[in-house]
Amino acid sequence: MRVQLRYFASLREALGVEVEAIDLPEAVATADALRDWLAARGGVWAEQLAPGRPVRVALAQRMAQPGTVLSEGQEVAFFPPVTGG
Amino acid sequence: MSDTIRVQSEDFDTGAELDRLRLGKPAVGALASFVGTVRDVNEGSGVSDLFLEHYPGMTEQALADIAVEARSRWRVIDTVIIHRVGLLHPTDQIVLVIVSSAHRGDAFEACQFIMDYLKTRAPFWKRERTPDGTRWVEARDSDDAAAARWADRATGSTP
Repeated sequence: MRVQLRYFASLREALGVEVEAIDLPEAVATADALRDWLAARGGVWAEQLAPGRPVRVALAQRMAQPGTVLSEGQEVAFFPPVTGG
Repeated sequence: MSDTIRVQSEDFDTGAELDRLRLGKPAVGALASFVGTVRDVNEGSGVSDLFLEHYPGMTEQALADIAVEARSRWRVIDTVIIHRVGLLHPTDQIVLVIVSSAHRGDAFEACQFIMDYLKTRAPFWKRERTPDGTRWVEARDSDDAAAARWADRATGSTP
């Protein structure tokens, strides 16, 4: 499955990536599985996406829960807790 | 009955927006508004400027969803949510929320609800400049608590 990834704010700066398109293995089917898969890249990825770090996920531009299922071609965004207002 | 959602770098005119929600709308008996501004101190450090990043597309959708949620809980006539992005300085306006209603109870509560939800659900991030350099503002537990208290409340229209 191919998805578009986007990163925002402090997470984008720490990872040094703003957008990327990736092909996921079949086993990576949910938001939290994708997070774990990215963390397995190691280094700053493992550090920033480690379990317990406050990272939010949006699928198709809507806030997602860890178990939310991914879809082909979807835009998936990772970012820190929001601080607007 | 309309919800106005705007994400923009330009400043906004609160008086003009209040007039727009009042003039020609005789059913309106109450207008509640909130304006958030840039402070010159945060977490004990001086702040010389603030950069607001957002997630174009998702931001507008998230704000529209919050306005719809407010409508489902209170008797609301019109709402306005305007949030600025980009570089701002102390005393600048950041955000405007206005709710019009027949009575003040609905307007006050819906306005506060919209701000509390915006603080925890709309994808904006602040990066501030202090004498030590720039830093990303961290989310506050108190904002989560402010949003969570509405979850415990039944729909609250006041007569």
